[in-house]
Amino acid sequence: MAQSSVNNGVNVQALLDAREALRNAPAAAEFTWRASCKWKNGTHAQSTVRGFHGLGEEQSHKSEFSFETDHPEVFASEDHGATPVELVLVGLASCLTAGVAAVAQNRGIQLRSVEAKLEGKMNLYGILGIDSDVRNGYDNIKVTFHIDADASKQDIEALVAQSQKRSAVYDIVTNPTNVTVEVVKRDSRG
Amino acid sequence: MLTEHAIDHVVLERGDVANSWRHERWDSLRLLTPNWQSRLPGYAYNGADPDGFMTMPEVVAHIAGFAAASSAPVRTHTTVISVRQIDGGYCVATDSGEIRCRSVVLASGAANIPRVPQVRQAVPQHIECFTAFDYRNAERLPPGGVLVVGASATGVQLADEIQRSGRPVTLSVGEHVRLPRNYRGRDVLWWMETSGVWSQRYDEIDDLERARRLPSPQLVGTPEHATLDLNVLRAAGVEIVGRLGAVRDGRALFSGGLANQFALADLKMSRLLDTFDAWGCNNAPHAEVGPAERFEPTHAPASPRLTLDLRSGEIRSIVWATGFRPDYRWLELPVLDRTGELRHDGGLVAGAPGVYAMGLPVLRRRKSTFILGAEDDARDVVGHLVRHLAQTTV
Repeated sequence: MAQSSVNNGVNVQALLDAREALRNAPAAAEFTWRASCKWKNGTHAQSTVRGFHGLGEEQSHKSEFSFETDHPEVFASEDHGATPVELVLVGLASCLTAGVAAVAQNRGIQLRSVEAKLEGKMNLYGILGIDSDVRNGYDNIKVTFHIDADASKQDIEALVAQSQKRSAVYDIVTNPTNVTVEVVKRDSRG
Repeated sequence: MLTEHAIDHVVLERGDVANSWRHERWDSLRLLTPNWQSRLPGYAYNGADPDGFMTMPEVVAHIAGFAAASSAPVRTHTTVISVRQIDGGYCVATDSGEIRCRSVVLASGAANIPRVPQVRQAVPQHIECFTAFDYRNAERLPPGGVLVVGASATGVQLADEIQRSGRPVTLSVGEHVRLPRNYRGRDVLWWMETSGVWSQRYDEIDDLERARRLPSPQLVGTPEHATLDLNVLRAAGVEIVGRLGAVRDGRALFSGGLANQFALADLKMSRLLDTFDAWGCNNAPHAEVGPAERFEPTHAPASPRLTLDLRSGEIRSIVWATGFRPDYRWLELPVLDRTGELRHDGGLVAGAPGVYAMGLPVLRRRKSTFILGAEDDARDVVGHLVRHLAQTTV
């Protein structure tokens, strides 16, 4: 494979170097990701991300990123943004897609196009409380990748399989995660 | 080999020769390697069934036969209490006295203690738990459903045996290695050896750490030479679920990523068979092997179960087939990494000159943990040991 001529825009060397460096610095590998969310009105909320912690110190994105979430009009909402469950699909899709690019670069495979289509099936009996046997979240998420690359079908399948194996969001979605929610009462009259 | 080099040595064994084969294996276990592969230096299988698979009593007899034939100076019933560094070498304390030596070979293996994941702590009390060390046969399990966790050789063999006993088995499957028993009319391990895959050296492997962590392949040694993969187990009625992620409020939660575990294992198996085919084109006479074959993909259940209520009575026992770890509690040398594994370069233990390891996964070659793998590794390690002794002679 002509690895040197392949360019998917991923700096694999930097990633491999980081892997080596972090192997001997376990504390630096401990990251904390953060998001903040502010209720606007109805089901409309605005979330932002900027700072995170990693490599032993506070880090920051180059700028703050903001996400509007709401529900569509069929839910009697004003539709100011994507639904949170759609954002979960966005997270999964973008994580797997980035993984495909990184793995392809590492394996010397030139990508020409990568498109993912996602479908999450959900029965509203769950969130509406109609049937307690129906879960709130997705019963099933289907991801379909369309990939044009200089590689055999088998190698492309292996790319996508490896991307899933190393994907944080795929892991978060497919495996249980402990979630703790704390509440602090604010007193605006004080 | 040490005798050939006229190096004074002693072999310490905590029990009888082949102790772990005698006491730490389940009743029905047979070797995964065919008899003709159970070669040790100057000692080959010469029985009537070269293609068969040894039972544990046969393995014990084979290894005891080698110990006798090679006149190895084995001190049985001698338990090592500690190994520590002293001037000019090492002091090995045993329950029958101390031995001072200039070199130590650690051959206690990688499978001394069952590795059971943390989630074990959250399993409800009434469920009986077993590991591959204390499981003997299905009849010793309580009647009723059994959750087998892990799908290496151990996991698939125990799932199969327990399901046959009439206890419905749920098998939790994470990363695994799929192999057919036979390929193109030959045992798959014939291919591993003859094509040279098993001889691949540790310093030629891209991701050595991964190769060393790989679960054992889904193989079983039976008189029928049967393949035992997840399709076979499903057809036998075993319910396949994803990797066990947590037990929460008495409910086992399994990963929804099962389909990708299947895809990865199928892809890796196909890649290995491609390697065999490429080698076979140039090296295997057509009379010796059959035509190339490909196997059915692993069929994913339509919607594998994600939760299992361990309080409902459906599951009465859990068998943890989640691997093993070495026990180095007696090794008083600064040679372990933060996960408790030995730091070594092809068996040369880092930071302890004159200390060597044998029989660890991919120690020097892919075959290092198989009986037939001992010879080449031993030759390399002994070669180094001899030079070490020559250089440090006072």
